[in-house]
Amino acid sequence: MTNLLLEVRDLKTRFHTPEGTVYAVNGISFNLPQGSALAVVGESGCGKSVTMMSILRLIPIPPGQIVSGEALYVGQDLLKLSENEMEANIRGKAIAMIFQDPMTSLNPVLTIGRQLTEPLRIHLGLDHNQAQRRAIQLLEMVGISGGANRLESYPHQFSGGMRQRVMIAMALAANPSLLIADEPTTALDVTIQAQIIELVERLRREIGLTIIWITHDLGVVAGMAERVIVMYAGYIVEEADVDALYEMPCHPYTQALLAALPRADRRRDRRLKSIPGAPPNLLVEPKGCPFAPRCEHVRERCRLENPTLTTVSSSAALRGLSGDHRVACWVDLATGAMR
Amino acid sequence: MTPLDSQPLVQVKNLTKHFPVLRGLVLQRQVGLVRAVDGISFDIQRGETLGLVGESGCGKTTAGRTLLGLYPPTSGEVLIDGQDMRHTRGPELMALRRKAQIIFQDPYASLNPRWTVNSIIAEPLRVHRLLPTEKERVERVKELLRLVGLSPTHLNRFPHEFSGGQRQRIGVARALASNPLFIVCDEPISALDVSIQAQVVNLLEELQDQFELTYLFIAHDLSMVRHICDRVAVMYLGLIVELAERNELYENPLHPYTAALLSAVPIPDPKQERARQRILLKGEIPSPLNPPSGCRFHPRCPLAKAHCAETTPAWREISPGHWVACHEVA
Amino acid sequence: MTETSPAPVSNIAALPLDQLDAPPLTLGRLAWLRFRRHKMALAGMALLGLLILYCVGGGFVFSEKYANYNDTSLALQPPSAAHWFGTDTIGRDILARTIYGGQISLLIGLTAVILEVSAGIVVGALAGYFGGWVDNLLMRFTEAILIIPQIFLLLVMAKFFAGDIPDINFLGREFSGSVIVIVVIIGLTSWPYLARIVRAEFLSLKESEFILAARATGTSTPEIIFLHILPNCIAPIVVSATLGVANAITLEAYISFLGLGVRPPTATWGNMLEGAYNYIESAYWMWLFPGLLILFIVLAINFVGDGLRDALDPRSRAV
Repeated sequence: MTNLLLEVRDLKTRFHTPEGTVYAVNGISFNLPQGSALAVVGESGCGKSVTMMSILRLIPIPPGQIVSGEALYVGQDLLKLSENEMEANIRGKAIAMIFQDPMTSLNPVLTIGRQLTEPLRIHLGLDHNQAQRRAIQLLEMVGISGGANRLESYPHQFSGGMRQRVMIAMALAANPSLLIADEPTTALDVTIQAQIIELVERLRREIGLTIIWITHDLGVVAGMAERVIVMYAGYIVEEADVDALYEMPCHPYTQALLAALPRADRRRDRRLKSIPGAPPNLLVEPKGCPFAPRCEHVRERCRLENPTLTTVSSSAALRGLSGDHRVACWVDLATGAMR
Repeated sequence: MTPLDSQPLVQVKNLTKHFPVLRGLVLQRQVGLVRAVDGISFDIQRGETLGLVGESGCGKTTAGRTLLGLYPPTSGEVLIDGQDMRHTRGPELMALRRKAQIIFQDPYASLNPRWTVNSIIAEPLRVHRLLPTEKERVERVKELLRLVGLSPTHLNRFPHEFSGGQRQRIGVARALASNPLFIVCDEPISALDVSIQAQVVNLLEELQDQFELTYLFIAHDLSMVRHICDRVAVMYLGLIVELAERNELYENPLHPYTAALLSAVPIPDPKQERARQRILLKGEIPSPLNPPSGCRFHPRCPLAKAHCAETTPAWREISPGHWVACHEVA
Repeated sequence: MTETSPAPVSNIAALPLDQLDAPPLTLGRLAWLRFRRHKMALAGMALLGLLILYCVGGGFVFSEKYANYNDTSLALQPPSAAHWFGTDTIGRDILARTIYGGQISLLIGLTAVILEVSAGIVVGALAGYFGGWVDNLLMRFTEAILIIPQIFLLLVMAKFFAGDIPDINFLGREFSGSVIVIVVIIGLTSWPYLARIVRAEFLSLKESEFILAARATGTSTPEIIFLHILPNCIAPIVVSATLGVANAITLEAYISFLGLGVRPPTATWGNMLEGAYNYIESAYWMWLFPGLLILFIVLAINFVGDGLRDALDPRSRAV
């Protein structure tokens, strides 16, 4: 068994808003082995970002509240650390995060160099020249050449893809072991997206970075992840190794998502399968399976009781694919029988 | 009916749209020219869906809007049902506008937040005086709502009460209200969640079958474009670089840019993804303010030769219906 | 032109219709839900209500004649049971005068703002929608007015127009003609700010997709301006108009205090302060009550304006 870098247990996050309580994350548990690449997939509002923000304790409290759970980073519960310890040792140090829109994370009136070297000098205690050299080295690592000149540039002089590279360079500054990427390529064009995926893939190989990639794009996931978590309405509905998930999706939601995707590599053979309805209102205390109202395999029990995540012995697992394949569904879709 | 029916519904000939860059407070002078669309030509047959794809800043949205006369073209010609908007006036222009509609990307920005669903969908009916009485208009709006899968009881609701997918369907209902022949779909699904995208795409297809609609489908999602379009045009820096029937384009891309673009599209299949060879392009799209000389793609092109920087490649038909602008394609 | 549209019969019968679960939520209700979350705005509204009640309702308790009735034998009396707010230099009842003065102040505030808003909308809308040389011309003119300090402009105009303006009869009451002058000059010097706000709104809204959709359909320019864009500018207009009322009341007080405003016997809170100038130490009641009323109304209006700013934002979808 590989070493676990992060172990999340029964994480629950809520937001107390004037309209009522938003049940954003409803008991999430997962393991993240060192050096692995995990993708968290789901539609907007499924809780994928809130989960990661909760782990880093970046959600605003109030209105947010982490109701329960543990997030063990190398055995240390992040949810119990003091704000100072989080600031000094975890955020941006052990765990770095990059976001969808790099422009909002960069200060438009400071040079890239200033923004890159400042944390190096303050947190790592490097002097000006050391910081400068390290910054150039970081930029080269993310594929930006011409180092010293680039440090003089301002964010607006860089294109979207370049800014995302700069963000990654900044994230790497303190040698983190975990990089959480929240939809980092959603705002980028496909050719640039391919470059960024390639870059992250290379960093994982070369410096052993562990990756959590949050996305809504099942195509991107197939290309970069080892293991995949599918979220819906604040729950994990399915978790599996990437091959098993695409070959043998066990949750009706995962199946429907895959059937709703057109493919650029195949001739069209049918209309897309559409999922009726819309994701549920998170203001209502969940009862029963959250996907039940949109599910074509729904049974009586689904509406009353929410299924827990259980390991299934899928044919993929039988064929020797590694890792648990876990799904939260009462119905075994292969046989139609109840679990 | 008319002999016009044998003609393509939409004919675009050498369309250009340049935006001047102005400086100065009182006396403005032109300091540059954004060549958003720089001479594109294509036809769209009746009942056909033409895809217009490209990365951000390639000019595809400007092309769609110029087509509908939302921006006056710098030069070139757009014929819809045989008529050019620039040479029609008064009732004829209104009749032409009735035939061509548009659906937008952002379902939040494309509906007037201060109007009820009824007023939004009835706007084309009102403007074109298609139905004389309020009662008839309301009936038609109800029918349109049913058509796009929304309950007609929601007539007097406001856009903010609907979800993104539902709002997009309201936008589709508005576009349909005047019984158009041609609809420009400007990234109609890219702001929607995956599970909702299929709903809207299927709706567009059903409506096309039912009312023999012609679409220009502008998108950057190449998977969806292959699914929904009959033919696909690829744009790069204001120019169309390749145009072909969809399977021909996806299976036999000739232009190096098309090939690179297709190789970058993520495929939801891990085995395929691992086996793929990506063509990673150097750099990013240059500014349309100052496009490269010769072939505009040459600074990023893996096949570029010396003459690519000097002469603009001709727009050639390589095989029937497969057009490309590249020196290096035999 | 119109061929009547053949009503297409849907053969997409299988399509399930989406039903909204939530009860209808009109824009007014939505605005109220957001507004009432602002405790200060609610307090401001209550205070404003009380002040309006005071000025309007008070008119039924005291007659205007009484407010202007002077009896020098009763001059400069401190607050007492007979005169709650005391009396002024010529023995007029200050309570009654603050009531009628308040009416005039409010009237000046409201009418000046109507003027300001009309001018601001016309200039801002034309400049924003048409752009180009229209915009250039109107905005340079607006800036020309903006660079002259408003107070200076007000004083010059007040001085200039303070000729013989006959008294006017409005709603059965006599007003000093100077009221009109004040309204007009406050209105004419306040609109540039609003015009700039409206122009900015028009600039951003005219490029928005719902306007493009309307233009693609062939909706006429006046309809686009008045039915599409203007209703979407309502939030900043209402907010700035609300604050404009407070501003106009303060300006009126200012000019009147300097003796260039509304002429007695017509009372305003401003000219009551002017009368109190020489008695700041000896007769506190002469300035305290009108002063407090100005303070309260300006405060109340500003709180309400803040609440409206959030409540009316059309782009915010949060309740």
